[in-house]
Amino acid sequence: MLFPKKSFPISPPRVVITGAGIVTSLGLGWKQNAAAFRAGKTGFRPVTLFDVSRQRVKTAAEVDLPVTLPPTQLTERQKKRLDRASIMLLLAAQEAWQQSGWMPSDNLPVVLGTTAGGMTLGEDYFRQAVSQPHRKKMQPTRALHYQSQTQARMVAEAIGFAGPVTIISNACASGTNAIGEAWELIRRGHSERVLTGGYDALSQMVFAGFDSLQALSPTSCRPFDAHRDGLAIGEGAAVFTIETLEFARNRGAVILGEIIGYGASMDRHHLTQPHPEGDAAYQAMHLACTSAQVTAEDIDYVNAHGTGTPLNDQAEAKAINRWAGNHAGDLRVSSTKAGTGHLLGGAGAVEAVVSLMCLHEQWLPPEIAFETPAPACSFRIVARPEDADIEVVLSNSFGFGGVNATLIMRRWS
Amino acid sequence: MSRVFVCGLGSVSPAGWTVESLRDALAKREPLPIQPLPRPGWQNPLKMRPVPNPSVRPDFLSHPRLRRTSPITHYAASAALEAAKRIRRGTDTQPRIGIIVCLQSGCVQYSFRFFEETLKDAATASPLLFPETVFAAPASHVAALLENTPLVSTLAGDPSSYSQGLALGCDWLHEGRIDACLVVGAEENNWLLADALWHFDHRAVISGGAGAICLSLNPEWSLGVELELISDAHSYTTLTNRSQAAQKMRAQMPAQNQAEILCDGLNDSLRADAAETNAWADWNGPRISPKLILGEGLMAAAAWQCVTACDLIATGQFTAANVSLVGANQQAVGIRFNNHGRRISAGTMQ
Repeated sequence: MLFPKKSFPISPPRVVITGAGIVTSLGLGWKQNAAAFRAGKTGFRPVTLFDVSRQRVKTAAEVDLPVTLPPTQLTERQKKRLDRASIMLLLAAQEAWQQSGWMPSDNLPVVLGTTAGGMTLGEDYFRQAVSQPHRKKMQPTRALHYQSQTQARMVAEAIGFAGPVTIISNACASGTNAIGEAWELIRRGHSERVLTGGYDALSQMVFAGFDSLQALSPTSCRPFDAHRDGLAIGEGAAVFTIETLEFARNRGAVILGEIIGYGASMDRHHLTQPHPEGDAAYQAMHLACTSAQVTAEDIDYVNAHGTGTPLNDQAEAKAINRWAGNHAGDLRVSSTKAGTGHLLGGAGAVEAVVSLMCLHEQWLPPEIAFETPAPACSFRIVARPEDADIEVVLSNSFGFGGVNATLIMRRWS
Repeated sequence: MSRVFVCGLGSVSPAGWTVESLRDALAKREPLPIQPLPRPGWQNPLKMRPVPNPSVRPDFLSHPRLRRTSPITHYAASAALEAAKRIRRGTDTQPRIGIIVCLQSGCVQYSFRFFEETLKDAATASPLLFPETVFAAPASHVAALLENTPLVSTLAGDPSSYSQGLALGCDWLHEGRIDACLVVGAEENNWLLADALWHFDHRAVISGGAGAICLSLNPEWSLGVELELISDAHSYTTLTNRSQAAQKMRAQMPAQNQAEILCDGLNDSLRADAAETNAWADWNGPRISPKLILGEGLMAAAAWQCVTACDLIATGQFTAANVSLVGANQQAVGIRFNNHGRRISAGTMQ
């Protein structure tokens, strides 16, 4: 039953990560991405997926999808219907699944975050409906696969499991909210394991939207730089397999890391602008630390939301300063959006996987284009590749609409 | 586990901008009039049941955040404020309210307009429209209106996922993170959405609006309605089709009692209704089908079903109500509300 619950855990179980999959413009899978993030590479190039000739900005971080998909349980017909977002989600999910060693189940919850779902299919539907009003071919398929629950179902079908699907659409915080809610599902005793993550594909409408707001950088994305001038759009997906520590140990799983805290808050200041003092961002970090039973002093690295827009970075910097207090000067911070662009609904999940990589392999992802710290930054921005001895990381995501979310993860040793 | 009570209801539908208007329309049991919805490029229009303009301009529309918002936000805000009225009036300090907005199609009107502008000339597409295309926009605006809203989330899915909104609200309440939780289901429509629906059901009549339920652990706020259970979410897979999932859902719902009602999602479509009809074939008691009266409101319709179920209990007509949410392409879920032990007179039963 979804309600009431049959039983409560006496104390919330510890939740560990046993699989992680990632797809970004920097590569497909953990290895390619880890190497690129570690070196501070960027994945931007001229947009090829749609016409940007009339846009102010003409670059984005496009993913190179594989020519053929790895073997799955999908039929050829089902495979043909997968859109770009579904393929990225499937690749990430499959990588996480294989790494976890999970066996299929008919009651495995899936919690995913996305902003656009199958937006490109929606765009195709629109174009055909307007330009060829009597042509029906492909329209029902587009209408169905445009919906994010169908994309989640395709992942389950491809891997061969089933279970309830929850789609969280809190704009750019969606991925972090999804992982956080999946973590809560396990701690509340709803399930022993959950497949969770986030994804979004580049689409003309979303690209044009950010361009219309003049939020896109006409130069390069430099979060927290004094001369930053906007964000860059990217696409990708990331998926975790998470489970109780007990479940993982009983099956002899390789544990990659532990999720120890999650905080969510609401910024009611404006639909698209954060509160200038970063109040809700501070609150999300504070709540995450409370749930993790750690303080700012325990955090070794912050993977910031850091979009590169003047307003976001100013507010987030103030929030980090306030939250970290005297520890701010010791804190290392970077935004991996400098390399992958902003993945919107997929951002939080991809950044959670990057944070896990940092914990697992003991390095910090740099912002190579970063030059001059913004005055608000009391903390150090990681600007060059570096090895690091880190135990606990914090990852921020803040969304259009005001939902803020923070995850805290710990190294598994 | 603490019991969860329903402490407010809200509705915007083709019947009007209140729960009372919804109640009156359903009591008449006559489908509301259908209007033509012109479909560019087609000779014959599509069909819709529009939400009428409110008789008086709602006060909340003067809030600065709502100046440029689309109808879906107006619907969600009106339903949420109506559902929250009781708890906001009944306390000295404003309760902490969680907000969960559930959507299937979401902000289709501004999305249509913005993409149309983009295709005409991307350089001049309106920056005022784009932010309102985001699924999270209605929840954000409702949060701004209600102010003390520490937790807000937007869930997407087929209409059955309204149940997941209710379940998430219960979790937030049990964790003491909020004092009350508004769970809103909302949709708006346009010809493109009606066109998409037409591909699956040529007879479909699209509609829009919102429904809201306010949950709390505080029995003093209760309308006399308790959320008793939400079944598992029975997903559709290659091994479990929609009909089988609906049967599984039915198996988790209690057997029929004379003083209960079934609030189903039937919509006068033999094909689409078959799974639900079969699942509830054993049900001989009273039933009500809001979509037959109001049209296909997608997530809003799921919320209307729940609001109707609660209202029938709150007004003393039934001791319990089962809500059947057999979604289009995701899962089947059942929800049950009861009157938490209040007696009703047999004469009030329909």
